Amino acid sequence: MPAESKIRILVAKPGLDGHDRGVKVVARALRDAGFEVIYTGLHQTPEMIVNAAIQEDVDAIGLSILSGAHNTLFPRILELLRARGADDIVVFAGGIIPEEDIPALKAAGIAEIFTPGTPLGTIVEWVRRHVKPRGVAA
Amino acid sequence: MDPEALARLEAERRRWEATTLREALAARPERRERFSTISDVEVGRLYTPADVADLDYLRDLGFPGEYPFTRGIHPTMYRGRLWTMRQFAGFGTPEESNRRFHYLLRLGQTGLSVAFDMPTLMGYDADHPRAQGEVGREGVAVSSLADMEVLFEGIPLDEITTSMTINAPANVLLAMYVAVADRRGIPRERLGGTTQTDILKEFIAQKEWIVPPRASMKLVQDMLVFGARELPRWNVISISGYHIREAGATAAQELAFTLADGIAYVQAGIDAGLDVDAFAPRLSFFFDCHIDFFEEIAKFRAARRMWARIMRERFGARNPRAWWLRFHTQTAGVSLTAQQPLNNIVRVALQALAAVLGGTQSLHTNSMDETYALPTEEAVTVALRTQQIIAYETGVADTVDPLGGAYYVEALTRELERQAWAYIERIDALGGMVAAVEAGYPQREIAEAAYRYQQQLERGEKIIVGVNAFVDETPRPIPILRIDPEVERRQVERLRRVRAERDPARVAEALHRLREAARRGDNTMYPILDAVKAYATVGEICDVFRAVYGEYREPAII
Repeated sequence: MPAESKIRILVAKPGLDGHDRGVKVVARALRDAGFEVIYTGLHQTPEMIVNAAIQEDVDAIGLSILSGAHNTLFPRILELLRARGADDIVVFAGGIIPEEDIPALKAAGIAEIFTPGTPLGTIVEWVRRHVKPRGVAA
Repeated sequence: MDPEALARLEAERRRWEATTLREALAARPERRERFSTISDVEVGRLYTPADVADLDYLRDLGFPGEYPFTRGIHPTMYRGRLWTMRQFAGFGTPEESNRRFHYLLRLGQTGLSVAFDMPTLMGYDADHPRAQGEVGREGVAVSSLADMEVLFEGIPLDEITTSMTINAPANVLLAMYVAVADRRGIPRERLGGTTQTDILKEFIAQKEWIVPPRASMKLVQDMLVFGARELPRWNVISISGYHIREAGATAAQELAFTLADGIAYVQAGIDAGLDVDAFAPRLSFFFDCHIDFFEEIAKFRAARRMWARIMRERFGARNPRAWWLRFHTQTAGVSLTAQQPLNNIVRVALQALAAVLGGTQSLHTNSMDETYALPTEEAVTVALRTQQIIAYETGVADTVDPLGGAYYVEALTRELERQAWAYIERIDALGGMVAAVEAGYPQREIAEAAYRYQQQLERGEKIIVGVNAFVDETPRPIPILRIDPEVERRQVERLRRVRAERDPARVAEALHRLREAARRGDNTMYPILDAVKAYATVGEICDVFRAVYGEYREPAII
């Protein structure tokens, strides 16, 4: 079995917006690429996402948002992961995120941000390269 | 066509295929093996009268203003009156949105259309912990009647019609609108406009809900009864395909699920004891206009014909106005690209043209910057001017249904209708739309379609200019509207002031009476109106419903 089949990813939709077309398409593409995908469903608070990530012992969290609340919600998720000692979980994100917000979000610890129009293959490839099962030497 | 003419045509077609076409294909093969619409309906090389040979003009098309209204609901269509140009607007504080409304009215817009922010759409006040970071971002924040009073300051509610894109708490916002009018002394029968109120579409696609589907339908029923009694010019429900399409549905799915939602609301009205001939004429529709030009025109024409048949044959409506499918259209937000945003102006113009050729009664044209944020003034001006150019310069509004009879358009209209009826039959077999939603049926069908389309994009079978073809890496930034984080603080401040200044005993009493009405199954609209007038907030009123009916949680399906 290829090593990547062990990679577990929590795909989450923080905030109140209900636009889940993108998150569902990405979740399916990751699953079809052989990862284990857990989708949280909609309207998740940062607390709910971090609890789920720790309970499910995931290696990565993929966040999707387009409501403009990313500058509030993403840093809060990273902060909670740190507080719970789980900041080795790789966090990546996608959605409607203006270019000028990206540097600050990356500085806060989001590993990668995929903007609209990114091919699914690019996201899958990035996960293959940057996410390793936790507890396994990279 | 008579059989002889048809046989001659078919023989000629075979000859053309064997000679002219064959030579051309030998010299230059076609660009693709298979052509299909954006919804993946196969497109033929050529359409002739043979493709619509069994089309019965009087039965299937008829005359505009007459059953089944395929060619338009009005006999003269835009020769008599152009469509309403209604740009959706709302952001930040009620003050800022009010300024934008006045700006749009000065530009020549003919109706208002209000966008609310996510907390309001979900029935949370601006100071709710879940509202953090979301206040005023995707629309205007309205937590209490005080916000509503500011939002409509200086707007003549008896002259301008207002459309409000609000669903789960539509009952609260409608009550607020009525309360503003009551206070100004405007008679309720002069209030014209629309609340979207399409909760089934929320469960299917947009996903801003409060209580479970069956309880939600009861609240919609209360609004229908209230509207029938108090607001003769108000469209209580705008049955919406827009969000269904944006979530990834095909054109046929948008058509089918929207009409199936309409069937459920008509049934709900009948079950509440309303006369179908009296309330059905106040139902209106809201569709998406995507980029596949002819498919969209066909969709609108099929929608009119199908709804007329549903109302007359299924519900036995006898009032011709109950057979009318009146609709607002918005160009497809999902078709706009963050890459090369100026291209969006062209996309929107073509989509708006399709909506007009499809016979819409009202139109919103998206602004070029809407993939990033709410539109700037300049962007929204270009979007509105696009409509005005189509209306006044192109001449397309000067004859009724100009594409009627075009072989391809008629064949495609029938194909979409065929696919949509098949979905409606399936939904009927599942026990109607509420049961279908509870079973996750439309949600799954849409997610499937979205994934299929995405794969076609990845394989290059579908092209989006600037995204998977003609890519230009040079960034060409356009101005973006930023929402000041101060908005949230100012909204929370106003809310606290309202809570401090109102009469707490009156609020508690009103909320108590609402709770009792909801428990007993009485009409909730009257107690909501009292609560709103006592300055109870959207969150407080919705908490009553959460307590009585429980909150909805969607099973997460991918």
